[in-house]
Amino acid sequence: MIDRRQFLAAGAAASVLGFAGAGHAQSVDQLQLFVPAAPGGGWDQTARAIELVMRGEKLIGTAQITNVPGAGGAVGLPQFVGQWRNRPNAMMVAGMVMVGALIANKSPVKLAQTTPIARLTGEFLAVVVPAQSPFKTAKDMVDAMKADASKVPVAGGSAGGSDHILLGMIGKAAGVTPSKLNYIPYAGGGQALAALLGNQVAAGISGYGEFAEQVKAGKLRLLAISADKRQEGIDAPTLKESGVDVELFNWRGVFAPPGASEEQKKTLVSLVEKMAASSAWQEELKKRDWTGILLTGDAYAKFVAEENARIEAILKDLGLAA
Amino acid sequence: MESLSSLAGGFAVALTPNNLMWCLVGTTLGTAIGVLPGLGPALTIALLLPITFKVDPTAAFILFAGIYYGAMYGGSTTSILLNTPGESATIVTAMEGNRMARSGRAGAALATSAIGSFVAGTVGTMGITFLAPVVVEFALKFGPAEYFSLMVLAFVTVSAVLGASAVRGLAALFLGFYLGMIGIDGQTGQPRFTFGILELLDGVNVIVVAVGLFAVGETLYVASRRYAGKDEIIPLRGSLYMTREEWSRSWKPWLRGTALGFPIGAMPAGGAEIPTFLSYWVEKRFSRKPEEFGTVGAIEGVAGPEAANNASAAGVLVPMLTLGLPTSATAAIMLSAFQSYGINPGPLLFQTQPALVWGLIASLYIANVVLLVLNLPLIGLWVRILKIPAPLLYAGILVFATIGTYGISQSPVDLILLYVLGGIGFVMRRYDFPTAPVIIGMILGPLAETEFRRAMSINNGDWTVFFTQPLSAALLAIAVLALLGPRLWDLATRRQHRGPEHVPGDA
Repeated sequence: MIDRRQFLAAGAAASVLGFAGAGHAQSVDQLQLFVPAAPGGGWDQTARAIELVMRGEKLIGTAQITNVPGAGGAVGLPQFVGQWRNRPNAMMVAGMVMVGALIANKSPVKLAQTTPIARLTGEFLAVVVPAQSPFKTAKDMVDAMKADASKVPVAGGSAGGSDHILLGMIGKAAGVTPSKLNYIPYAGGGQALAALLGNQVAAGISGYGEFAEQVKAGKLRLLAISADKRQEGIDAPTLKESGVDVELFNWRGVFAPPGASEEQKKTLVSLVEKMAASSAWQEELKKRDWTGILLTGDAYAKFVAEENARIEAILKDLGLAA
Repeated sequence: MESLSSLAGGFAVALTPNNLMWCLVGTTLGTAIGVLPGLGPALTIALLLPITFKVDPTAAFILFAGIYYGAMYGGSTTSILLNTPGESATIVTAMEGNRMARSGRAGAALATSAIGSFVAGTVGTMGITFLAPVVVEFALKFGPAEYFSLMVLAFVTVSAVLGASAVRGLAALFLGFYLGMIGIDGQTGQPRFTFGILELLDGVNVIVVAVGLFAVGETLYVASRRYAGKDEIIPLRGSLYMTREEWSRSWKPWLRGTALGFPIGAMPAGGAEIPTFLSYWVEKRFSRKPEEFGTVGAIEGVAGPEAANNASAAGVLVPMLTLGLPTSATAAIMLSAFQSYGINPGPLLFQTQPALVWGLIASLYIANVVLLVLNLPLIGLWVRILKIPAPLLYAGILVFATIGTYGISQSPVDLILLYVLGGIGFVMRRYDFPTAPVIIGMILGPLAETEFRRAMSINNGDWTVFFTQPLSAALLAIAVLALLGPRLWDLATRRQHRGPEHVPGDA
């Protein structure tokens, strides 16, 4: 996932600094990072940024990254849960996409079996239309969907992914039966964007960063973003302001293997907190246009459980989960 | 001309000793990973992404582009020599190229593919330099309906590889459809034919199928024929490189392959495989010696598809550089490299980063020359592989195929699949079923299905869209003409009775 929005986490950074002061200096010799996706994707880049910053800050000696790609993480997770159980300094990088993929693929292994350590970054999604579209605001689009959702084909990433989930939430909030929505999934990267630029579809949903340059060049019109509040440097209202009561972040975080002891958990949490507080990490966030939304330990575990319930409900509405 | 002066500036950037070195490293590395099955350019570039922390952006992109072009050159080598394609874009090359190798013309096959790659790569890079905005505008006109019609046209290719029996050929095609359908259905997110095996959710890799059917199947077949002690070492016939006749049979396919590959590569859902299929079909049609196809190996069937796949590699860079659209796995990884430099690829990239973009384009020209210089002398070395006695050579192919397959995903499931498919390939070979339609069905089937369902979804189930959109209707008309035209022509010109010498095209 590509994210290029203005960095706006000054507040979050300040609270992180508060945490870091309390952390005790316990260095980890070798950190093992498990990425249930191919090299080059969002999770992989997160893992490589973690390695870069932690080594630069001398928090760890070395890091080893293992990639096990497949089915939105559903192939990698069983391996992490089964074979990585007794590794003390191991973490898996994953996020919201995996929550959805596990439900949609009826995975026998659950994310709840792991030990959540911290939520690190998030990206909100954007709703855009081609420049020549009759829709000027999100309300125009939602009204058209209410009239006949099948006449509003919306392009986005893979079926059941975060883009599809957001459309389902918008439909639900507007009172349109989610199963009636006309979602056109595209496999990754530029294809959905090409369909929008070629005026093949009515609207598109993806991470804001995927659209940012096209919006700047006037080829696409940004209707709304799924963030909780307006973002500096982005000239568009939130969905909430547009009268659609929906908020969605595509978040990424780290998880320890199942059965990690309290002490191991503490070590990893403090390691991540120290990393997130470093100026090197803040710089990586800014360079990659990620938003830092740090949440650690038990609060994070609670958040993951809530997301799981919320996403399962919407996937059921969309007819993707039993 | 403005492009020319910008390009001159680009050469000034690319020709600095430092950047030349990166270009050399990239092309060498690219050739090497192209030769090894399994490790593709996308994965290699992804593994090299951390380099972006250390070197400046221009150098990194010159390195990446060298790898990308180099892999396209190297991929044909194993296809021709060992019938083990390393990339999906070189599967078609294996069909004629390996037959040529086995009739003693491996050197010519390798030479025509290297020179054809150079011609196509250079012409394609010129296309990027001068035609990018026009090509992109055309490519964006392609919606699901147009893509579906393009697939229908590509299906005509099947008629060129059906073999002696249409029924057997079509059975193979449908096996390909089935294999292509395994995995999560992109439109609904539901798994199909995965039997609860998680590793199958992402589908079956076409390289595993090609290597299984071609290399493993062939090895089993050779082993089953029990020619104890009799090593048939293939004598090298004629000159190491190409004869005058082979030159004259190659240059037109190079240009036709380029003309097919570049625009289709530039289409967001075009890819590198479809132009190679189309090129193969076209060359078989136009060849003065169609009887060489599928028997001793026709040089046109190597020259055309090889040019097509290299031109499509250039085509892929067009939407990436002009619009910031990544349309292949490799382009997507390169875009993420742009991001780690804080550069935002988009419609304004040419304006905001001229030195980088033109330096990259200039380095593509240089990469092509470097690759030609690198690959031509290697041919003498490569053909020696065929002097290895058959039992050892085939054992080597098995090892190579196994390691390569494991390299794709490090998954034992793929290895089991490889040998099951090898068994199927053996049975198919034994009972005269052609294997090429399996690959075509596997690549085109799911693409055609996806585009058809997208078109239906976008147009509310109105199937007339395929005939009312002018581009789509034109493509369908060409498909009908391509299928029926030659037969009608035959009928009209020679009424006298002729033997069933033509490949049955009546599907």
